[in-house]
Amino acid sequence: MARRWIPLLDWSAGRDRGGAWLLAALGAVCVAVPLLSQLVPASSPLHISAYGLTLIGKYMCYAMLALAVDLIWGYCGILSLGHSAFFALGGYAMGMYLMRQIGPRGVYGDPVLPDFMVFLNWKSLPWFWHGFNHFPYALLMIVLAPALLALVFGWFAFRSRVTGVYFSIITQALTYALMLAFFRNDMGFGGNNGFTDFKDILGFDLHSDATRLVLLVATALALAASYVASRAIVESRAGRVLRAIRDAESRTRFLGYPVESFKLWLFVCSSGIAGIAGALYVPQVGIINPSEYAPINSIEAVIWVAVGGRGTLYGAIAGAVLVNYAKTYFTGAFPEVWLYALGALFVGVTLFLPRGVIGLVARDKDT
Amino acid sequence: MSVRDKRLYLEDVTVSFDGFKALNELSLYVDPGELLCIIGPNGAGKSTMMDVITGKTRPDSGSAWFGQDIDLLRLTETEIVRAGIGRKFQKPTVFEQMTVMENLELALAGHRSFFRTLAARTTPAEQQRIDEVLEIIGLTAQRGALGRTLAHGQKQWLEIGMLLMQNPELLLVDEPVAGMTPQEIERTSELLLSLAGEHSVIVVEHDMTFVRSIARRVNVLHEGRLIAEGDMDKVQKDPRVIEVYLGE
Repeated sequence: MARRWIPLLDWSAGRDRGGAWLLAALGAVCVAVPLLSQLVPASSPLHISAYGLTLIGKYMCYAMLALAVDLIWGYCGILSLGHSAFFALGGYAMGMYLMRQIGPRGVYGDPVLPDFMVFLNWKSLPWFWHGFNHFPYALLMIVLAPALLALVFGWFAFRSRVTGVYFSIITQALTYALMLAFFRNDMGFGGNNGFTDFKDILGFDLHSDATRLVLLVATALALAASYVASRAIVESRAGRVLRAIRDAESRTRFLGYPVESFKLWLFVCSSGIAGIAGALYVPQVGIINPSEYAPINSIEAVIWVAVGGRGTLYGAIAGAVLVNYAKTYFTGAFPEVWLYALGALFVGVTLFLPRGVIGLVARDKDT
Repeated sequence: MSVRDKRLYLEDVTVSFDGFKALNELSLYVDPGELLCIIGPNGAGKSTMMDVITGKTRPDSGSAWFGQDIDLLRLTETEIVRAGIGRKFQKPTVFEQMTVMENLELALAGHRSFFRTLAARTTPAEQQRIDEVLEIIGLTAQRGALGRTLAHGQKQWLEIGMLLMQNPELLLVDEPVAGMTPQEIERTSELLLSLAGEHSVIVVEHDMTFVRSIARRVNVLHEGRLIAEGDMDKVQKDPRVIEVYLGE
């Protein structure tokens, strides 16, 4: 009986077939991508360029964000339209570490202050920048900053029983407010330029292929770990309570479950995953600025989940990769039609594929 | 018996909505292990009374005691459930997307916090309790069926089973036989009668033949007040009850 609570054991029984495929695919990425990038000559069509590496890494970061959105939306019915706020916060935490790593190699050569602070005539580091020169501290903040925001925001929202579309709207307001705040120079986060021109991470050159590959593999591992953790949550008894809340909230309350606290902790877990995704995103794309908080980003993440298949976890990941691949193609080939295509995709999926792309291939029903 | 021995005791409870008195100085009690039936025409205040007991509605005045030392008016809805009061709603609300087993599992008495349930495994004792309840409500054969595939009567029994999982001392059962076939009604009265004794049960019902088949003591509500009390024969001969039910 106890076995069915432990998802890892269930894979052997074929219960989470989608998850098994996902982990296999991520394993393949970890092996194949380094080979194709290093051993295959640049003339071959199979060769993966530095640009290709960045792209694959980026897709996996987006997939983690989609996973975070599906965890709360698919399994507890909480539709957050502000999840890129947590993604960006994690990204900024990583960015602060990378800025401190630049040290005296900045344009102004100040050993401590990042360039934008010198430019603003600041004499010393603001208090919240201290500690970011230590990697473990930055790692902590990558999870802690988004989680803390989610805890405070969620506590107020869920305690006041803000649900449904009202919750979605205030999450949009949250990410919009953060965007405006981070645009301001005196916030101490580089204003509208954000952070860029990173040099290295843990002493390794960010522009070298080796570092890029390690980051890519780290992202694949983080995505796999997030998937396993999320699967463990939704397959536990707590996960069952969450689905009960999604389907019949007041009934669940009458069974004696503190519905608000379940929503809150799940929201916090989800924001932590989004934060890690953002932190892995920044060193790979080489820049973080306030546009990452743009409300449209959060909406896009929801579309990825809807397209892939809500409430399956692996569907969200597939959706994020598919839609972003399409985006890369369309914005290159027909840049002006991309947003229309995205909108049409969302409407089409909602009308014709309520279970998403995964619903087309999955034989047995999840949830 | 004195007030102290009652399982549940409501005294002078008044609830008004915009001046309309849904409950008007209502007093009633339930003994330990007793099955009490409450009848009354629409708008008599039956649902409001349930809402007060479960903490959904706060009365303007009066008191509500569970046992001798639990003041229900000071507890939240969740705390009242934990104190041992389970409510079955009029409309069956089982979890449609989950199996009968999973429905019962969710209703298991035990830890309710996120982190405790995250680590929870079903213990042999819990599994045994689930099997027992499946037996009591007669759904052992349907344990793997999804909630939405159950017949109306089966849903009602499953919901009663979910209440039983929490070992409540008091069960509030709202119109259990509405929409049931005669066979289902019979099965339901057997079920409720088997529960009395171990639990106190309050049944709110319209169906008079059903009430006659299970009730030893009946309370009649009208316009938020208790107008008659006693066994079914006594109540049915009461001139005020006849007036309320047949008057207009």
